[in-house]
Parts: sequence; C-alpha cells; structure tokens
Amino acid sequence: MPDEVILDVRDLHKSFGALKASDGISLDLRAGEIHALIGPNGAGKSTLIKQIAGGLKPDRGAVHFMGRDVSALSVAQRAQAGLGRTFQISALAMEYTVMENAVLGAIGQSGRTFGFFRPAMKDRALLDIAGAALERVGLADHASTVTSELSHGQRRQLEVAVALTLAPRAFLMDEPMAGMGAEGSRELTGFLRELKHQAPILLVEHDMDAVFALADRISVLVYGKIIATGSVDEIRSNADVKTAYLGEEDAA
Amino acid sequence: MLPERMINLLILGLLLAVPLVALAMDEPFIITLATKAAVLAVAGVGLNLALGQGGLVSFGHAAYFGVGGYAMGILASHAQSYTPIMEVPFLIEGTKSMLVIWLVAIVASALVALLVGALSLRTSGVYFIMVTLAFGQMLYYFAISWPAYGGEDGLSIYVRNGFPGLNTLDPIQFFGLCFAVLLIVLFVVNLLNKSPFGLALNGAHQNEERARTVGINVYRLRLTAFVISGAITGLAGALFADLNRFVSPTMFSWHTSGEIMVFIILGGVARLCGPVAGAAVYILLEHVLGGLSEYWHIYLGAILLFVVLFAKGGLVGGLSRREVRHAG
Repeated sequence: MPDEVILDVRDLHKSFGALKASDGISLDLRAGEIHALIGPNGAGKSTLIKQIAGGLKPDRGAVHFMGRDVSALSVAQRAQAGLGRTFQISALAMEYTVMENAVLGAIGQSGRTFGFFRPAMKDRALLDIAGAALERVGLADHASTVTSELSHGQRRQLEVAVALTLAPRAFLMDEPMAGMGAEGSRELTGFLRELKHQAPILLVEHDMDAVFALADRISVLVYGKIIATGSVDEIRSNADVKTAYLGEEDAA
Repeated sequence: MLPERMINLLILGLLLAVPLVALAMDEPFIITLATKAAVLAVAGVGLNLALGQGGLVSFGHAAYFGVGGYAMGILASHAQSYTPIMEVPFLIEGTKSMLVIWLVAIVASALVALLVGALSLRTSGVYFIMVTLAFGQMLYYFAISWPAYGGEDGLSIYVRNGFPGLNTLDPIQFFGLCFAVLLIVLFVVNLLNKSPFGLALNGAHQNEERARTVGINVYRLRLTAFVISGAITGLAGALFADLNRFVSPTMFSWHTSGEIMVFIILGGVARLCGPVAGAAVYILLEHVLGGLSEYWHIYLGAILLFVVLFAKGGLVGGLSRREVRHAG
C-alpha cells in the first residue's frame, strides 16, 4: 500500500519557557516516500526529531507509529518497534570496530541484550544481520576497522548501517549529508532513493540540492510551525516559503 | 608489547608461583599475602565489571564487600556459639560451611546492590559517585552501631570455615581455594564481557545515546551489571573475612571502596586481569613499603599518580598492545 501512513505526528506542542519550539506540529510519513523537513536554523527541527524518537516529551500531542500510539514509549522501545534513527553528529561506539557497532544494533533489535554466555562476535545470527547491513552501505571491507579511525563520511555510512540492523519500518535521519563531500553526497542520495522503498524516511537536511533531488514531499518548519507541506514543485513556488526560508530576494 | 592474553597468563602464573615457592621455603606468611591478593583481586574484578566495562564509577563497593564479610561473620558466629540466628517464624541456624556462606554472601550483596543500583543509577556522573558513596557510609555506620554483631569491635571467628575435602586452616590449601574462586570469577566475567550483554554494556558506556537508539534499555542493562558486580565483590568479602577470621565495620568504610578502585586503576581499567595485577602490586607495596615506613601510602600515591599520568590502561594496558577483538 503506497499511501499507508507509517508515522503520524499529531498536534505536537513543546515550549521551553516562552519559546514555542513546537507549536502544533502535525505531519505524516507514508510508505515508500522520503519526506524532507526543512527550515531555518532554530526552527525547531531537532526538537521535533527528539520528540518523535522519544528522547523529549512533548507538552501536548501524540506520535503514532505503525497505527499505534507510541507517545508513552521510551527511545529504546520506539527503536524496538522499528524506528531507525541516524544522528547529525555521529553517535557511535568509537572504540568498537565497525562490525561491533553493527552487531550492537543487531543485539538491540533482537532483544538479546540479556544474552550472557555466548560470545556476541561468534554469533552467526547477529553477525549475519550486521554483515548484511555493512554490505549494503559499502562498509563490509572495513568491518575490523576501529570506528574512531573512520573518515567522517564512513561514519555517516555506519550510522545508516546500524539503523539498518534494526530492520526499521521508518527512518529518522538528521542531516545525513552534513559534512560529506560532493561525491559522498551523491552516493548517499542514490542510496537513500533506493532505501525508501524498504522503509520511508523522514529526512532533516540542509543540503537543498539533495532535498530537491530526493524528497517526495517537503514540509517547511518555521518558528515551531509547519507553514507548508507539498511536493518539490509546490514548495518551490510557495510564496510563504520563499519569504520565510529560501531567501526573500527570490520572492521579489 | 605482548598480547593481553599472554600478560593475563603471566599475572596468574606469578600469583600461583609465589605461594608455591613460599611453601617450598616454608614461608607461610608469604602464602597468606598471596591469598590476600587473590581475594582482593576477586573484589576488584567485581568492581571492574561496573566501573571498567559499564563506566559506572561506584565509590561504594565496600558496601558489598562488607555485606559479604558480615554474611560470613554472622553465620559463623552463631555456629560457633551454638545459637540460632532466628527462631520465629522459622528456625535459621548459623553454619561453618563455606559453600553455604558464599551463597548467602552472593545473594545478600546482590540484593543490596539491586537496591542501591536501582536508586543510584537514576543519577549519573558525580552524583552517581556520591550516591554510591553515601550508601556505603550508611552501611558503615549501621555496622558500627549494631551491638549484636560486635559494633565497632567487629566479630572474631576462631576457626576458619570448612570446605568439603580441604583443610582450610592449611595456608596453601586455603590459597588454592581462593585462587580457584578467582579463576572461576575471571572465567565468568570474561564470558560476560564477550556476550551480547557485555558488548551492549560497554557500548552504552562509550555512547549511551547509541545504545538507546538501537533499542537497548540502558537502565536495566546497567542495573544488571551493577548487581552482578556487587555479588562478585560480596563473594570476595566473605573470603576476606575467612582469611582474617575477623570482620569489622572497616570492611564497609570508604577507604575500602577506594582501595578496590586503586587495584583497578593500578592494573588497568576494563582489563580482565587488571585488578589481579593491581591487587598483587598493592599487597606487595603494602608489605615492602609498609616495612620501611608507616606512611607508605605517600609512595603508593606517587606510584598511582605515575600510572594515571604515564601508563593509561594501567600495568596491563601499558604492557599489552592494542587488540582488535575479532577477526574479519
């Protein structure tokens, strides 16, 4: 079902003092799509992502995932339910090898955190899941590299690989292109275009070329409010968006 | 630079060889020192699971060491005075059996660790250190003010408790027993470290956010590690009490917590045999420097400073080369 709603954010409110970081945000993510979330700095993108992932409790509103209200679930429980997340600044176990990081993902997903006596790095089932994820992002050759020795771009790839080990039903990606070179960006764009058929992606991204090339829909967040949602063309031609975000000189 | 496994074998080999040589030279005191090192090593290995693997800097592990010690003291003192521990609602008698005492020490210290961990793991950083320290000190003052079991004076047990098939009063046999316990504990901890549980525990230490994001319940993970860690240190406490045939509130004091931590820092944080090397060196220094000056802790401090500044990873870390933990 192409139009099935996987992730449904309903009327989220979150204030920090007088600052309304989320002011009644509603958006959804449908099967097979990349839904890009753009907005100027300070618009509340990170706050929104945190609330969807479960790290921050909204003052009001709900998050539904796969038809279920997950508002009360923790980060770990939402991940278990199939919400794969990548971070703007790589959050990886830096002393672990690439393979160990991927196995960590497989452990979390399999719910085998309390397996005490069989070595994790000799467990076929875990290694297969981890190996397949590394293969997909093109890091299989670096399986034994210590993560801290990876290049910035490779760390981004590993973030995606770890998310993949969760067999996610939806991805939350916070600026996956950040700091990547043109070459890397292009490669990742191609990869994400394919990945969305496995699970839809809610993408926060500053790289406008990537957003316009990738997104099926775009939502524009300004001062905690979504001022427009629509296709690439609709957003490009939306007057409010031009004023608020794409630069006022273009609007003239 | 040697692989860590070689260094581990070397450390354990030395710890085994010293009392055997001492036996041949008829030096029972040296055997007792080696036994003390082996027992304290068990306590260190226990703390290292929480501190090294989990990154949980507990400054209150004396609590479990003391609970283990008092488990031995209470059970054995009732057995030696032929008085039951309680009669209502059902009869519980003391015992002189080490196996029973160990079991009680492990269960009791695990329960205390569960309680302390459940509360203290809600905090982190300096607060975690302070909360664990506070719990340790609470038990210390409780032990001091509990006259039924000796209060400040502690409890003396006249005859060492028994183990089937061994004469535990013979220093070398008791050493063998403690050394065997150390090996078993190392074996179990090594399995834990390599298991999915261990990988998750250390992963959450390196990056908590990452562990959560892959669906790991970090609180439960750490609490489990904390309880296992406390239980191992509790077992060490029971052995230590049996070694001295004496328990006192000192076992609960924050000095004890600090000492156990020193074994780990000296030997190597998160290294399997780090606490073994640390405890052995500590005992050696205590004996050698302690013979020179009453204020030997000054020299210990200097050595500790040197290790922390120049040999990150302690003795084991300084001697071993960095390893990738798996192939391919």
